[in-house]
Amino acid sequence: MDVLAIIRIAMRALARNKLRSSLTMLGIIIGVGAVIAMVSVGQGAQQQAQQQIAAMGSNMLFVGSGTVTRGGMRMGWGATKTLIYDDMVAIQRECPAVSAAAPGSQSSAQVVFENDNWATQLSGTEPQYFSIRTWLFQEGASFSQDDVETAANVAVIGETVRKNLFGATDPIGETVRINNLPFKVVGVLAAKGTSAAMGNDQDDIIIVPITTLQKKITGQNWLRWIVVSAVSREASYTAQQQITALLRDRHRIRSGQDDDFMVRNLADMADLADQQAQLFTVLLASIASISLLVGGIGIMNIMLVSVTERTREIGIRMAIGATEVDVQQQFLIEAVVLSLVGGAIGIAFGLAASYVITQTLQWPVLVSPAAILAAVVFSMAVGIFFGFYPARKAARLDPIEALRYE
Amino acid sequence: MATLSQPATRGTAGSHDRAVIRVEDVHKYYDLGETRVHALRGVSVAIERGEFVAIMGASGSGKSTFMNIMGCLDKPTSGRYLLEEIEVSGLTKKELAAIRNRKIGFVFQGFNLLSRTTAQENVELPTLYAQISKEEGQKRAKDALELVGLGDRMLHFPSQLSGGQQQRVAIARALVNQPSILLADEPTGNLDSRTSVEIMEVFQKLNDDGLTIVLVTHEGDVAQFAKRSIQFRDGTIRRDEAIQNRPVASEVLKNLPTLED
Ligand SMILES: Nc1ncnc2c1ncn2[C@@H]1O[C@H](COP(=O)(O)OP(=O)(O)OP(=O)(O)O)[C@@H](O)[C@H]1O
Ligand SMILES: [Mg+2]
Repeated sequence: MDVLAIIRIAMRALARNKLRSSLTMLGIIIGVGAVIAMVSVGQGAQQQAQQQIAAMGSNMLFVGSGTVTRGGMRMGWGATKTLIYDDMVAIQRECPAVSAAAPGSQSSAQVVFENDNWATQLSGTEPQYFSIRTWLFQEGASFSQDDVETAANVAVIGETVRKNLFGATDPIGETVRINNLPFKVVGVLAAKGTSAAMGNDQDDIIIVPITTLQKKITGQNWLRWIVVSAVSREASYTAQQQITALLRDRHRIRSGQDDDFMVRNLADMADLADQQAQLFTVLLASIASISLLVGGIGIMNIMLVSVTERTREIGIRMAIGATEVDVQQQFLIEAVVLSLVGGAIGIAFGLAASYVITQTLQWPVLVSPAAILAAVVFSMAVGIFFGFYPARKAARLDPIEALRYE
Repeated sequence: MATLSQPATRGTAGSHDRAVIRVEDVHKYYDLGETRVHALRGVSVAIERGEFVAIMGASGSGKSTFMNIMGCLDKPTSGRYLLEEIEVSGLTKKELAAIRNRKIGFVFQGFNLLSRTTAQENVELPTLYAQISKEEGQKRAKDALELVGLGDRMLHFPSQLSGGQQQRVAIARALVNQPSILLADEPTGNLDSRTSVEIMEVFQKLNDDGLTIVLVTHEGDVAQFAKRSIQFRDGTIRRDEAIQNRPVASEVLKNLPTLED
């Protein structure tokens, strides 16, 4: 019996029970849709992370206060208090491959403007930070080096903070209260969007001179990070080596001992972001696959019901010459048609869903042909896998028993 | 009707090497848990190519059971069944399917048509499982339906056909793959006498062309059109004889009034 004829028979059998067939397909539609949407979102995240890292300036390096092992526990970065302002000065002065550096410290803050208040992240740095990160201003400008020297109460705010506190009001020149201290807003940063690598909103930030943060708010004098600009992209590895050697020397770390800081160049960060985004994609896809599995079980269930209901039909077909293989093929193809049609609809839904999600997060939409192909192959595999047992059950029926079945 | 006479010797017995169907001491038990039904109690018969056999007997005497075994649908509990001198019990399921598809045409007592499938498609069904092109299959289905007088009902569903019309669809389906043996279990059970004779005319013509036919019937009138009659009783053959003065269906038809009159 040729495959086309079987497909036609399968289509007809499915069309007879339209509601049942569509409900069965729904499982596959949701499963495939979820996989496509999640993979697209994951890949969008990966792309976004790469774009954001590229936008940071290709010769940027990042020095973080490092990990420390305490009682066998490895603490996250920022756990040590050994990175200080003088390290930053030394990097700038003594590493030939470094063109600029900016110190950083951070805290959380409650920001109040008139009757509105907003909890956000508070960073302290120096003006060159913005040029190293190539972060532009949509309004106003950075605070000055003078402001840093005098620990002035001036602040630069991110887009999210502006939106939430000021709305339509022009923030430049207004006074906000940060942890109850008055600060004059001097600049609004251009929007950067959600960080795909970390998943956080990069615009939900308020930045003040580092001296102001350390002296008036945190009372701490160590740094969380230093951002560094290498003289060129090629120089960033040299810069990394120079900084590492310099800081080990300054922190008196003997050879054989671990660093109490870490230096990441952009390539490292891109790799890290990639890894994270990939992990994210795999995680999302595996969660989505569970619904595909559930959809497959739905197909198996319906096929089993269908085999029982159509026992007489199977008996008739066998009585007039259908072989076991013919019957098995018929039911298998029915299951595959169910899952493939469901898969096709699922792809359409998945694409629509990923479009909506990426639009909302302002990430690039990535329609991955590989994901679509995988969805088609996968849903076919689901049909074959979950259709196999019911089809086999049908094929194993004894013709005379099947004919007598009421 | 059942006389306890000796099984009569068959008119066509003799040359054993030409038997297409040979059944030797076949028994069939149906196991129903507690009880056991002994449906066939030692049936032996040989049917040769070109024969036209009518099987008669009371309800429950084992006729359908016997037909199912001959049709390779069921297996005897004991005894031998040889089809064209080949032991059927030694065949694979695939070989049995091929026999049911091409060698034997079977008309079931209960029609067994696929519902929600047109007459045309029901008749076409066996061609789908044979190595026949779609066009050829459709053409043969059309021819078979015309042969049984249903050329104008091809696109009707079984539920839209009368009992007699459904029966004729079942006959057309049994003939579509041009089998060499036709096994028909009460093919005229639902037909009026005129249509019955029309079907017998078709059978006689096919038989003249060499088709071996075994049919089960309750009606003596219908059995008369066959060449040989076998009487079943309680799972055994009580009588097996050649039919004398066999009428020709086409002649009988000329003397029957048409239904429209
Ligand atoms: N599947 C079955 N299970 C149990 N017993 C059965 C089964 N099929 C038939 N029988 C029994 O076997 C005996 C013979 O049945 P069979 O159907 O062969 O009769 P029949 O001669 O065809 O009757 P009818 O003229 O009514 O069609 C009956 O007693 C019947 O009850
Ligand atoms: Mg019967």
